[in-house]
Amino acid sequence: MIEFNNVSKWYGEFQVLDNCTTHVSKGEVVVVCGPSGSGKSTLIKTVNALEPFEKGTVWVNGISVGDAKTDLPKLRARAGMVFQHFELFPHLSVTENLCMGQIKVLKRNPEEAKAKAHALLDRVGLLAHKDKHPGMLSGGQQQRVAIARALSMDPMVMLFDEPTSALDPEMVNEVLDVMSDLAREGMTMMVVTHEMGFARRVADRVIFMDGGKIIEDCATSEFFDNADARSERTRLFLSKILQH
Amino acid sequence: MNYDWSWTVFVDLSSNGVDTYLYTLLMGVGWTLALSLSAGVISLFFGSIVAVLRTAPSVWLHFIGTVYVEIFRNIPLLVQMFLWYFVLPEVLPKDWGDALKQMGQPWGQFIPAVLCLSFYGTARLAETLRAGIQSLPRGQGQAGTAMGLTPLQVYRYVIMPQAYRIVIPPLTSEFMGIVKYSSVALTIGLLELTGQARAMQEFSFHIFEAFSAATAGYLAINGCVVMAMHYLERHFALPGRIGWKARMKLSGSAS
Ligand SMILES: Nc1ncnc2c1ncn2[C@@H]1O[C@H](COP(=O)(O)OP(=O)(O)OP(=O)(O)O)[C@@H](O)[C@H]1O
Ligand SMILES: [Mg+2]
Repeated sequence: MIEFNNVSKWYGEFQVLDNCTTHVSKGEVVVVCGPSGSGKSTLIKTVNALEPFEKGTVWVNGISVGDAKTDLPKLRARAGMVFQHFELFPHLSVTENLCMGQIKVLKRNPEEAKAKAHALLDRVGLLAHKDKHPGMLSGGQQQRVAIARALSMDPMVMLFDEPTSALDPEMVNEVLDVMSDLAREGMTMMVVTHEMGFARRVADRVIFMDGGKIIEDCATSEFFDNADARSERTRLFLSKILQH
Repeated sequence: MNYDWSWTVFVDLSSNGVDTYLYTLLMGVGWTLALSLSAGVISLFFGSIVAVLRTAPSVWLHFIGTVYVEIFRNIPLLVQMFLWYFVLPEVLPKDWGDALKQMGQPWGQFIPAVLCLSFYGTARLAETLRAGIQSLPRGQGQAGTAMGLTPLQVYRYVIMPQAYRIVIPPLTSEFMGIVKYSSVALTIGLLELTGQARAMQEFSFHIFEAFSAATAGYLAINGCVVMAMHYLERHFALPGRIGWKARMKLSGSAS
């Protein structure tokens, strides 16, 4: 479904991505972790071309992202993205947030879009809030709306960039539960997160990045249970993050 | 001081021998309003476009926007007024220039004045709006882009509706500025409010009454600007954001 081949990216002299090669198969859930500044966000944002890259190729469902001829809006419409700070549109109601892409990008008619929006809101348990503005919802609720908004486009893959790290602890689980449900239904997902409990339960594979490089790329059980086979850097990271 | 105060001077006949001073002053208010309103609307429209250019990722668009703003923001308004009135007809193709010159009072003055205030206002509003656009979190544009909106759609549906809301307070000052700057049109002979007050003063020697009236006129116009903008600010306030409580209080419903 997604293939990264030797992807490299620089900010001037500074290399953010260093020959990253990996893949995400259809229906697979891949967790990306690593210290701050290691290039996790940059890597998943190459998938929908929010971050351009200088070298290598990224293929999404047979389409080359870096190709100048690729219709990027069309590609992006099929890749749902969920951000750390939700990024709901504060001037629109919850329903309107879910309809915008459907109407403007997919050209669905407003009735159809609204029906779809309400079905998705029901699914994430927020139908009662359909007419509110995002500013009136809690962080956890906003992130669930953001997931519903991404799903409204019928994406073939969902990208999550630290979806729970801006949330108060008591709201983390309501968001992780929605994500776990999605995974169970077979959605292809790439998730940047430090929630190792979620990774262990839900992920098929774990990628560990440091300094723009992919250091580990292995099955979840291998990643967590076979510590001896992990690099020094990975063990250090895991020991820090699993302490609490 | 030996000054003959007389508020009844307003009902005296003005220099044209037909209308009262009150009438000519009200005509002045009318031209000030027409000039400010035209310049305000045009400036808001083109200012939005220039602000988008200034924040566009393309180096060229950004450059064009910047050059525009720096030129029109940095030349004194009075000089710009003279350029539009005296120089423009000379540099246009001959029949266009002649047509401009032959237009006569008041359109021959009104059109250059609208052009002048609009070009200047566009530069100023573009700066105000650019600040608003840049104060939005970068993620907002990314979220719009990520769902497949084109760059123009991102501006149209995501960025600008938020930017306009943010800049309502500084926009109020800019619109009031346009009303005040419109008095510069007097220098090219447009009989807007200041022009009429001066004409009255010259003919009747009632300088205090004339400029008291002008002062009252500007205060009234800008008072309306302030009230209209306050209304817009409350009307478009977002739930859970600044201004929302005021809106709720006004409409009497609880949130
Ligand atoms: N526009 C930019 N210009 C220069 N450097 C940048 C820019 N954007 C990101 N970087 C740098 O690129 C590196 C990777 O950034 P990225 O956001 O991908 O890291 P991350 O792994 O997601 O980190 P975090 O956990 O903090 O989100 C960081 O060191 C960051 O400072
Ligand atoms: Mg990041």
